[in-house]
Amino acid sequence: MAISKTIGIETEYGIVHRGTDEPNPITASSVIINAYLASAGYRTDSHSEVIAWDFTDESPGADARGYTPMGALAPAVETHLVNAVLTNGARYYVDHAHPELSTPECTDALSVVRYDRAAELIAQESMTAANRMLPEGQEIILYKDNSDGKGNSYGCHENYLVDRSTPFSRIVRHCTSHFITRQIYTGAGKVGAELPGQRTDEVPFQLTQRADFFEEEVGLETTLKRPIINTRDEPHADARKYRRLHVIVGDANPSQVSTFLKVGTTALVLALIEDDAFPREIEFAAPVASMRHVSHDLTLSEPLPLADGTTITALEVQWELFDLARKWVEEKGTDLVGGPVAEMVLQRWEQVLGTLERDPLELADQLDWVAKYRLLEGYRERHELDWNDARLRAMDIQYGDMRPSKGLAWRIGLEQLVSDDDARLAMTEPPSDTRAFFRGKCIQHFPEQVVAANWDSLVFDVGGESLRRVPMMEPMRGTAAHVGTLFDECDSAVELLRRLGS
Amino acid sequence: MAEREQVRKPAPLERESETTQAPPASERGEEIKAELDDLLDEIDEVLETNAEEFVKSYIQKGGQ
Repeated sequence: MAISKTIGIETEYGIVHRGTDEPNPITASSVIINAYLASAGYRTDSHSEVIAWDFTDESPGADARGYTPMGALAPAVETHLVNAVLTNGARYYVDHAHPELSTPECTDALSVVRYDRAAELIAQESMTAANRMLPEGQEIILYKDNSDGKGNSYGCHENYLVDRSTPFSRIVRHCTSHFITRQIYTGAGKVGAELPGQRTDEVPFQLTQRADFFEEEVGLETTLKRPIINTRDEPHADARKYRRLHVIVGDANPSQVSTFLKVGTTALVLALIEDDAFPREIEFAAPVASMRHVSHDLTLSEPLPLADGTTITALEVQWELFDLARKWVEEKGTDLVGGPVAEMVLQRWEQVLGTLERDPLELADQLDWVAKYRLLEGYRERHELDWNDARLRAMDIQYGDMRPSKGLAWRIGLEQLVSDDDARLAMTEPPSDTRAFFRGKCIQHFPEQVVAANWDSLVFDVGGESLRRVPMMEPMRGTAAHVGTLFDECDSAVELLRRLGS
Repeated sequence: MAEREQVRKPAPLERESETTQAPPASERGEEIKAELDDLLDEIDEVLETNAEEFVKSYIQKGGQ
């Protein structure tokens, strides 16, 4: 049964520390985050403790398939690195050797775009604040991308709330075809390929940053042998009712339209899956190979082999998914998939598919891979370069440079769905319609009393003998409608807790 | 198969190893090209100066 979709994305940023002989990305990531927290007022003179992430209940090793295969590696939970919760309900922390910024929980794709843009603005402010403090000649720069071109990759992960009673095998079957083929509009573009033995003249430019790194169909790993469908089972919510689908295949998208479609279409596909609304399974004969073929094929028309012996193109799969989603919305309405925003998603999905079919270059103001391709191909032609010229790869990297004056993505006329004024508010204000509201407002109003937070609880110190934990197991509770007046009426955390009845 | 009637036309983007792209045939095409030229001029001023060094030194540890 389809349930209301809660969505969030988390982005690991590339990081470069210039002007030092021994750059350390873990240290640089901490510097960047701490600089932001200080400049945004998260520390006071009297209180040097930042509200810490509470790692109790983190269990990235739980597998949705109900067992963990021998040799599967869940990511280690690193508990000692900088890890902060922001007043907009989001998380800003060091993950492995990258700064990672999440959005709070959102109920529709436009809200996700707004909070993802807020995260970009936070990244910008972080650099400004850090670089003010660094010695002369040193600079830390963040990049919104997923690969260094040398075989190392880092992710932009999406998270979707799904009905627990939906069989995981059904999710695997139908999400696979969507993830393989949505690359035609979600890709951020990349010069060259990172598969062993693949030459640049064979793959001068491809649609996505991440396709080369996916080696398995289904699995638990996220840092190596990456699977198209990740089986991490860590709902951060009532596990009897909910599953959180953790999606690791996507690229980080500077383009707001790319992000909008990426999460909006996937939320719709998941609603179809929950309602068992697929008349057939589009079963790929070789999902991993097809994922790469789609990414490497700029004509968008290579026939991909299906398990039944027929073939299909990426565009055809997406049209089929669109048609089913459109029909589903006509029957069931849009309440569960973001209301009026779902209509926007459908319209944009249709328009983009139609244009991809006719002339992809017309989407240079909407899709990252097209914008990047058009720029690089134009430069290549003008200067008569080969695709393996370093200048093109340099522009590829510089596309995601987070400095507004340097990053190419911010200068090439990409359509904005959300105004920067709106996104600036979202740097500090949580969404009003998920539990992120309660989390963000508690941190805003009672920063000294909230000692730890995570997705599904807050921990208060109100001077008693023990700390008080407030569980938040329902992603759609703790909204402004439920608890908004409490923050107006309560002067203290003690009173808040009393009113909550805990 | 998809229910809609589709006119299957090949997308005009061709691989670089094949023939060069057809030139823009329309006025709009000329407009687009002019916009691109302006963009390339503008971008030129902000590009990293030593491309090879920049690309070589862009190394990440990798994450999830």
